[in-house]
Amino acid sequence: MAQSNNYDIIVIGGGPSGLAAGLYAARGRRRTLLLEKGVVGGQISLTDRVENYPGFPEAVNGFDLAQAMLQQAENNGMETAYVEVTGMEQSENNLWRVKTAQGDYTAKAVIITSGADYNRLGVPGEERLTGRGVSYCATCDAAFFKDEEVAVVGGGDAAMDEGLFTSRYASKLNMIHRRDELRASRILQERALANPKMQFLWNTVVDEVVGDNQVTSLQLKNVITGEKSNIGVSAIFIFIGQHPNSDFLGGLLPLDEGGHIHVDDWMRTGLPGLFAAGDVRKNSARQVVSSAGDGATAAISADHYISNNFPD
Amino acid sequence: MAKPQEVTDTNFDEEVIQSETPVLVDFWAPWCGPCRMVAPIVEELADEYEGRVKFTKVNTDDNVNTAVRFGIRSIPTLLIFQSGELAGQIIGFRPKSELKNNLEKVLTQAAT
Repeated sequence: MAQSNNYDIIVIGGGPSGLAAGLYAARGRRRTLLLEKGVVGGQISLTDRVENYPGFPEAVNGFDLAQAMLQQAENNGMETAYVEVTGMEQSENNLWRVKTAQGDYTAKAVIITSGADYNRLGVPGEERLTGRGVSYCATCDAAFFKDEEVAVVGGGDAAMDEGLFTSRYASKLNMIHRRDELRASRILQERALANPKMQFLWNTVVDEVVGDNQVTSLQLKNVITGEKSNIGVSAIFIFIGQHPNSDFLGGLLPLDEGGHIHVDDWMRTGLPGLFAAGDVRKNSARQVVSSAGDGATAAISADHYISNNFPD
Repeated sequence: MAKPQEVTDTNFDEEVIQSETPVLVDFWAPWCGPCRMVAPIVEELADEYEGRVKFTKVNTDDNVNTAVRFGIRSIPTLLIFQSGELAGQIIGFRPKSELKNNLEKVLTQAAT
């Protein structure tokens, strides 16, 4: 049977926000399609332990949580396609046309939950040695550095969390942070600062990742004194924040200076039938639970919009 | 569906290095989320390339020697071997189209 490419609601991006939006949209009996370019779960699919999602007192593996969310949404009728969105436009009859490498889809409403991607340092050696000691996923790679000395860059929750995970394997962790205090949540700070394997290098940035086929050392600089130094490590795990995935929109919507989409309390963008939720929107709390909440709000909002604008 | 063959430290040379057809090796571990996403794509490719490419996988937890031998520092990593030589590598989760491009490139080179 040939599947029609016409949907009521298309959700772009399969992180917690998109999966919650898909669940609510499908339960509203709207024909719903989720488009995902890579791994369902988004950033949490790389997280070992999600400890702050309500309902899981013993914490939950991020990948498992995402798979459970996907299963729940699909059980309720959501369809999923693994394809990257290349652009979108609103055509006549107020229908949205979503363009992908595998053809176009149309929908009465679109919810953008494209999330955020991790930032790179942008220093020499980083790209060349990715997968050869440079890593953005401690959960994936830490086990390959058993009893070796490594570095972790960043001062937020992700850096502490992934550093703590890596400390199960590595012999020593150099925690490199450009400021003299952490912005991670208190509970993670306490654990990291008490961990005997984690040594903090404050006010320090990475100038270069050094190595031929594998990372062998890092060129560091103290931002206060300007003093340069070199430390021997076989891996560098980088967790220095993220940027919203909004490039594919082109000039469709005005974005803030960080690339986030402006929405109102009901996750409406300025364009009819177009909603945004989760990390891609401005002022997101960037938590699994708040993103899921955003997604639900956007789906309810989209449902109302369709009822009001596309009478049966 | 064609399932990739489990290869170990013991039979890696026999099954991969000495193979006459090109071999794709999927380095994975049970705890690695992105590896679990790559697995079904690799299985689809195993179907599409049946007879032309041999599909195998190595559990890096159980086969540390092979992981170390090929300098695996990140999983998922897919290596492609042609006549015992490393002919392609894909590190991290990549879309199916990119995996296909890599396979096609190796097959084209093998044909010339």
